[in-house]
Amino acid sequence: MKTVEYVVADPLGLHARPAGLLVKKAAAYKSGVTLKNAETGRSADAKRIMGVMSLGVKKGNRIELSIEGEDEDTAAAELKAFLQENL
Amino acid sequence: MEKYYGKSVLQGIAVGKLYVFEKKQSSWTKQTIEDADAEMVRFSSAKEKAVAQLDGLYRDALEKVGEENAMIFDVHKMMLDDLDYLEAIEERIRSEMVNAEYAVTVTGEEFSAVFASMDDDYMKARAADVIDISARVVRILEGGEDAGLHTTEPVIVLADDLSPSETIQMDKTKILAFVTKHGSANSHTAILARSLNIPSLVNVDMEILKEYHGKEAVVDGVEGALYVEPDEQTLAEKKRGQEKLFAEAEKLQQLIGKENITKDGRSIKLYANMGNVEDVEKVLKNDAGGIGLFRSEFLYLGRDTFPTEEEQFLAYKEVVSRMEGKKVIIRTLDIGADKKADYFGLDAEENPALGYRAIRICLTQPEIFKTQLRAIYRAAAFGTVSIMFPMIISVSEIRRIKEIVAEVKAELTQEGVSFGEAELGIMIETPAAAIVSGELAKEVEFFSIGTNDLTQYTLAIDRQNQKLEPFYDSHHPAVLRLIQMTIENGHKAGIWVGICGELAADDTLTETFLDMGLDELSVSPTYILKLRDRIRNIG
Repeated sequence: MKTVEYVVADPLGLHARPAGLLVKKAAAYKSGVTLKNAETGRSADAKRIMGVMSLGVKKGNRIELSIEGEDEDTAAAELKAFLQENL
Repeated sequence: MEKYYGKSVLQGIAVGKLYVFEKKQSSWTKQTIEDADAEMVRFSSAKEKAVAQLDGLYRDALEKVGEENAMIFDVHKMMLDDLDYLEAIEERIRSEMVNAEYAVTVTGEEFSAVFASMDDDYMKARAADVIDISARVVRILEGGEDAGLHTTEPVIVLADDLSPSETIQMDKTKILAFVTKHGSANSHTAILARSLNIPSLVNVDMEILKEYHGKEAVVDGVEGALYVEPDEQTLAEKKRGQEKLFAEAEKLQQLIGKENITKDGRSIKLYANMGNVEDVEKVLKNDAGGIGLFRSEFLYLGRDTFPTEEEQFLAYKEVVSRMEGKKVIIRTLDIGADKKADYFGLDAEENPALGYRAIRICLTQPEIFKTQLRAIYRAAAFGTVSIMFPMIISVSEIRRIKEIVAEVKAELTQEGVSFGEAELGIMIETPAAAIVSGELAKEVEFFSIGTNDLTQYTLAIDRQNQKLEPFYDSHHPAVLRLIQMTIENGHKAGIWVGICGELAADDTLTETFLDMGLDELSVSPTYILKLRDRIRNIG
């Protein structure tokens, strides 16, 4: 399993637009991807947008992606880049 | 005459007839079904149709309001395909043996309640999105059409609430204004209204009654009020206000894309001042040629720790990328004893304006400075960036800055981190800098004159002290001569010179600045078009 940690810099937090992009991105991998909001301890399947949005991730919150499956290495690297680029 | 107050989304005035927009009433009832598989087929085909409709709306919105605003329909599509949502509906149909209309509505309400209970205004507003997508599926299940606007003349749309899809589907040429009882300035409907440039009021303190339909009304977005059946005097007054706003806006809008050139052929650059990432929207909308002053303090103030390199990089990068190659001049940290952040650990000072601030902090604590420079240089790879250093008084400071810049670039190269090049310049905001500008000009690539501090230091007048108001003269010849001297010395050394202080927006001086040969004026975005208008009438 791979984990990616990131502190959200976007002023609006994980709002609809980046949440949508993240879900699309996560869904493209074979690996399972779980998103956790380290502030609240709650997790959601990163491939499901309602769950992702309901985590209420705000600016400054630390989030963790846990990635498990055959393409976890590529997924971890690409998702990390994605977070830096979009959030 | 009745008058109601609401939250204004867009400053503008609309006069016309009210149109009470009612959502199509659903007529379904909860029913027990026999065949869950057949009900699932009904549901799935309705859901697919809804997805296809949203696809169409997305493309439509893409054309009308741009990608950023159209994205909501893409998100709606994804919500409709969300497995948590679909599984909850299927579970309900199969275990409770109920019709799809009921299962979808109840599931939608459940998910919506989760968003509504969040302690974040933005997320609260998403509750409406879930209700919107569920209602769409139910409408299709019932074989209904979307409710549209049925009017031949343009109207003021009055509704309890409007979903984004209802908003975008209405014929824009038939809408004078939106007025809703619910909704927030953050709702997608408000955002769409703003980008469609339609005056709107949300959260209005009134009941939306059918009897309002067809009545004469005025929406005043400046005042944030709705007048129903206004009296003659009010109506005449609002119409005059509307004409005035309209004429001004029209005149300025026509200047978008035009050059800042005088009748006798002299031209000057008009850039914008801004203080946080969101401002870039206004900068672009007002057709600024670039960003002449990007204050970086927003990254440092209102927090408990230093911003990381990554945080700064992302903020700069977003602005630089969105400017698409137009120049972005970032001013390094300008914090001092009056603009304080506790974690800097600054001591109280007798004379904060003459104290430990800006570049003086950066040169004393180079680790803070280097983090910022690394972030700026990395962002420079995404567009055109200039760096501007505040509160300079001598050549030796610039030499020291250039050493630190060289170290930063060497470190980035060594680490294999990609970065871009940046033009280096200084603010001329101390009389000392203006007087030795001849020497300073040989060391840098541009000057930007900060007239607020330059005036305060030259006249020895504290601008915070209102008692000194009678002594203050923003056009004092000493200040104007220092400006002229700076421009001449800059040009002698072959570098460009601009002004980014308040004086830049003073249109009684625009002609004087042009005569002095100034190259750039940087002002708040709302002044750009007004100044362009002024410049085009000179000569």
